[in-house]
Parts: sequence; C-alpha cells; structure tokens
Amino acid sequence: MRILVVEDDRDVAGFVVKGLKEAGHVVEHADNGRDGLFMAASENFDAIILDRMLPGGIDGLRLLETLRAQSNHTPVLFLSAMAQVDDRVRGLQAGGDDYLTKPFAFAELLARVEGLARRGRGDGPVTRLIVGDLELDLLSRTVRRAGQKVDLQPREFRLLEYLMRHAGQVVTRTMLLEGVWDYHFDPQTNVIDVHVSRLRQKIDKPFTGPMIHTVRNAGYMLRAEGT
Amino acid sequence: MVRRRRGRSAGVRFGLAYAALFGISVVAIAVVLWWSTAGLLDRETDAAINADSVGLAEQYSQNRLPGLEDTIEQRLAANIDDDAIYLLVDPKMARIAGNLERWPKSVQLDVNWADIPIDRAGLHGFARLHQFALPGGYRLLVGRDVKVRLQMVHLLTGALLWAAIGAVLLGVLGALAVRSLLRRALARVSNTAAAISAGDLSRRISVGRRGDEIDQMAETINDMLDRIARLMDGVREVSNAIAHDLRTPIARARARLEDAARPAPGGAPADPVVLQAAIERAVGDLDGVTSVFQALLRISEIEAGARRSAFAPVALSGLLEDLVELYAAAAEERGQTLIADVPPATEAAMTLWGDRHLIQQAVANLLDNALKFSPEGGQVRVSVEIGAQEIAVVVTDQGPGIPTTERARAIQRFYRGEGSRSTPGSGLGLTLVQAVAALHGGGLRLEGAEPGLHTVGLRAVLALSRAMPDAAVRMEALSPVSHPAATALPVA
Repeated sequence: MRILVVEDDRDVAGFVVKGLKEAGHVVEHADNGRDGLFMAASENFDAIILDRMLPGGIDGLRLLETLRAQSNHTPVLFLSAMAQVDDRVRGLQAGGDDYLTKPFAFAELLARVEGLARRGRGDGPVTRLIVGDLELDLLSRTVRRAGQKVDLQPREFRLLEYLMRHAGQVVTRTMLLEGVWDYHFDPQTNVIDVHVSRLRQKIDKPFTGPMIHTVRNAGYMLRAEGT
Repeated sequence: MVRRRRGRSAGVRFGLAYAALFGISVVAIAVVLWWSTAGLLDRETDAAINADSVGLAEQYSQNRLPGLEDTIEQRLAANIDDDAIYLLVDPKMARIAGNLERWPKSVQLDVNWADIPIDRAGLHGFARLHQFALPGGYRLLVGRDVKVRLQMVHLLTGALLWAAIGAVLLGVLGALAVRSLLRRALARVSNTAAAISAGDLSRRISVGRRGDEIDQMAETINDMLDRIARLMDGVREVSNAIAHDLRTPIARARARLEDAARPAPGGAPADPVVLQAAIERAVGDLDGVTSVFQALLRISEIEAGARRSAFAPVALSGLLEDLVELYAAAAEERGQTLIADVPPATEAAMTLWGDRHLIQQAVANLLDNALKFSPEGGQVRVSVEIGAQEIAVVVTDQGPGIPTTERARAIQRFYRGEGSRSTPGSGLGLTLVQAVAALHGGGLRLEGAEPGLHTVGLRAVLALSRAMPDAAVRMEALSPVSHPAATALPVA
C-alpha cells in the first residue's frame, strides 16, 4: 500500500516510516502541513497518517478539511498528542477516519492503518465471509468450518465476523473492544483474551490447523492455514 | 506590585469627595443665612419706605401740600429711632419740610431709588431714598437711614468669611481623616495580600470584632484563601503521588535498559535474547506510565465537567448485561462467578441521563477491582437499586474489603490497599468511578459486604442521579438529536 506520513517530529516520523516499510508498504513523508497537503492532493495514497500540530501554516485539521473539500476521500488516521475527548471529536468531525493518541504502540498504528486502507477499498455489502475452509453467513448467521456447522453465541459470532473481515491482518485488543463491543476504555482484566480463547475452543480446537493466531505484543490475526 | 500614584489613590479621591461635599453644604448654609438676614433687612427697609410713601400719598390726595407738611412733621416727631428721612421741596428745590437741609446733589431728578451717603444734623449716614415728583414741580424724598443696618451686614459678612475659612480648614482636615481611615481599613487587607503574593500563603487578614463591611470582606477573603490553600494542598498531594507513582516504573525501565546496555563481564557482547527481553519489559513499563497519564488526564477531564455536553438517555439494563457478559468469561477463567441481579423493571425506571461510555467505564472499573481482589471460587454480584432520586449500581465481592477507616482514602488518587501493593494497578480506578459518579450528580460509596462484618467483602455503590441536569435540559430543548459523534469515539 502507498501510505503518506505527515509528521514533523523527525524521530516519530522515522520510526513510523521505517516500521511501515518493513511491513511492506510504500511510504512518503512530509514534515510540514503545506508539503503534506500538496502531496496528498496531487498523488494517490491508500491511507494518510496525519499529525494534528504541524509547522508551515497548515495544521492537520486544516489540511484534512481542505482535502475533503476537494472530494478526496483517502482514509486518514490522526496521530496526535492531543488526547482530550473534544480533540478526538474535532478530528473525526473534520473527516478523520480514526484517531490514535501519542504515545502509541507501532503494532496498534500498523493494524489500524491497514484496517483503514482496506475499508477504503469499499468492496460493497457482503453477505458471506470466507477464509480458507471457514465460512460465515451474515444472513442466516451460521458458521461452518470444513463444512461442519459451528454453534456460536451472538457475541462470539460478532467477534469472528470482525476477525474475518480483517483476515490476514493484525487486530489489536483495543480494536476488538471498540469494533465488537463498542467499548472505549482499557479494561484492567484480560477480558478480550478470554473471549478469543473461547472462540478458539469452538473454531480451532475441533479442527486441524489453528486459524486464530496470537501476534506477540500486538493482538490477534485470523488467517487460513498455509497463507 | 501595583505602583502607588498620587492621583490614583482612592483615599485621596474619597477625601476630595468629602471636602467637596462639605464645601457645598457650607456654601448652601451661608447663602440661606445671608438671604434670611441681610436680605431680610434690605427688604424690610424697602417695605417701610413703601408704606410711608403710601401714607403720604393718601395725605396729599386729601389735604394737598399742607396736609403733607403736617404729616411729615408728625412722623418725624414720632420717629424714635431717628432713622426716617423726609424732604419736601418746591419747584426751586427749596426745602418746605423734612429733616434734610437741602436736596442732596447726588440724587438725580430722573431716578426713583437712590442709595447715597448723607449728612444729617452733623451725622454721617447712609440713606436709601425714594423720590416722588408731585404736581406743580414739587418733589418729595422718602427714605431711611440704613447705616446701622449696613454695619450689621458688615458684621455678618465678616462672620461668614471667618466661617468660610474655618470650613475650608475643617474640610481639609476631614478629607485627610477620611483618607487615613480608608487607608487603615484597607491596610489589613492589602498587607496580607502583599504578603501572600510575596509567597507567605499562611497569612490571613485579621478580622475585627465590629463585624462591619470591612470585617465581612476580610472574612470572605479569608474563606477564599482557605479554599485556595486546600486546593493547592490537593494539587501538591496529587503531584507528589504522581511523581512517586511515575518515578517507580520510569526508574525500573531505566534500570533495565542500563543493565542491558552494560557489556557483560569479560567484554563479551550482550546476549541478544536478554537484550530483547529487557527492551520489551522496559517498553511495558513505559506503557504503564502512559496509561497512568491517560487515566489522570481522563479523571481531570471528567472532573472539569466538559463531558456533560455528550449526555443522552442511557438504558442501564442493557449496559449492565453487556458488561456482565464481557466479564463473566474472565471471571469463569479465574474460577469465580459473576452474577447479574438486575431487578425486572420498566425501561423507563432503568434509564437515566448521562454519558454511556463513562458509565460503562465506571462499572467496568468496579468489576475489574472485584475480580482482581476476589479469591478463587468467589462470587461477584452486580445489582441495581432503584430509588426515587437516583439509581445505584452495586458491585459486591468477597475479597478482603477495605477497612472502614481507609474507605474515604480509597477513592483518592493512587490509593493502594495494604495488601495490594504487589497487585498490578494504578490506584486510579476508584478515583475515576467517583469522578464519573460526581459528574452524574451522584457518588461512590464503599461499604462492608455484610453489615457487621468490616473486613471481608466490599460493597461498592455507584449512585447516579436520575434527574436530567439543567444544562442537559437546555441542550435537549435546543436539539432533540443527541450527539452521534460522541458515541462513536475511540476513547481507549
């Protein structure tokens, strides 16, 4: 994927650019708002990582508003030290698709950016998700693996749906908490791990080859065996 | 410090105002006095002359010149004060009757009234005269010698002049007195304020026994200073706690990194596996620091009340069911049971006005605590108590509880129970719950799980007000649609 990083802090930018390149993406970097706006408007990107406070007269909010006014709908993830609820609201209202506050874990940033870029591709409404021999039917709300029906609780169904929609991609615990439960806080208890491990009991254990993988220091990934 | 300039002194201004007021009063009194004494004398003289003239005119109209002559003689004879002046002259200006020897030169023939110095029977006097032209060229002067009255007026003028000098002196003295009174009254306040701004925060204004306005102001200011001092103590306490609680993990991370960076004895390069592990644990420590920061910022954000703008109706039963479902699995994993004891009640009875995400987080914090401190095989119960004014979410556990004496402190930032120093946690969970409860017009109460038992089990009561706060009522009236953006926020 082609990703634009607009970030003035050289260390943070270097860290992000290096990480994204290692993850196999093509990365462009702008260290001020004016260059960032020029690059974002004149080239095609799959996602933009945007700092709120930027030198060069154009801050992140202005940049995004200008971009959206030109009907440019490239997914944008704000990366900001401004962490108040109002700051988030303003960022999302300006047209941001996600908001991550500094300091952040790179795995979280990577997972969210990849999620955004995929969402940006917009493959229309789906009624059926298939990953390897795992099938999830959104209409009849049934799950089959290797042709065999698997009974899931409603919440487990939504958890699996989320994992399958992000198949081959790392999803963090925070993303699961937000996407599946719509909770926006950090529980002190390992509640997510417990739910994932229950889902594993039903999806992986009775079959050969695990599909739900734990990614160390990041979260989980669902992928078909051998891919 | 505010520089003191002469023209800007309130004391001087009040003094001047006092002097001006005093001066105006004195002038007013002098005018009234003058008008009612000297003025009265003048008016009386004129009235007497007029009355005389009217009498003489009557005589003349009845008895002509002889009658007039007789009357003048009679009146002069009867004038005991010897102040009446009459003079009747013929067309050649020769005296016919009266007590003036000849027509005074200074009286022109064409004026009615004249005030002139006059010599009469060897006496210097001052007369006010009225001239009448009679038919046939005869002329009549009717007047009064006003010398005595003039002397009285002079006396009065002198007296008033002295009084004016006295008044000016008194006015200045009074102004100075007013200024120094004001200065002295304000000195207590301003000295204390100066001491406080110089850094002595313990100073208070001395309050007099009179209970006047100045004393009342002093009391109000002292109350304000006490409140500020309490707040500052609070801030100091919090910053000490922050310093301590953040210093520990930062020190740990630093030590790990330094230890990993130090070459192994013998100069061999550090073991990459050990290095990796040290770095990862240091990152973990820093994440801990970050989460403490975030929790602190979030608490102060909630305490500032800014989030009231995101208030909307919250259905408590659904919210609790979801949370219990989320945590039940974790409880089971630990061999604990989580029981939801939500009474069957109507949707309306279980709905309150608030911030859904904050209430979720508050209840989640209580559940985190309950699971963390309950023993294996323990039971955690979530129940709801519906009151007229408030709805309470009650989380009861079978953990060690919190001693009665420490319950108030447990809500403060960074409280860690004696036995829980080794348990992970920031000591901010209950503070956040309390902040959320306060935002919703309620509070957090910590009680023993069973009455009588003070040590085993904790009953945490999260009370939330059912009433819609005033601000929310207004917001609701303005826009019936609640803020959708606020519910879609990633606020982890």
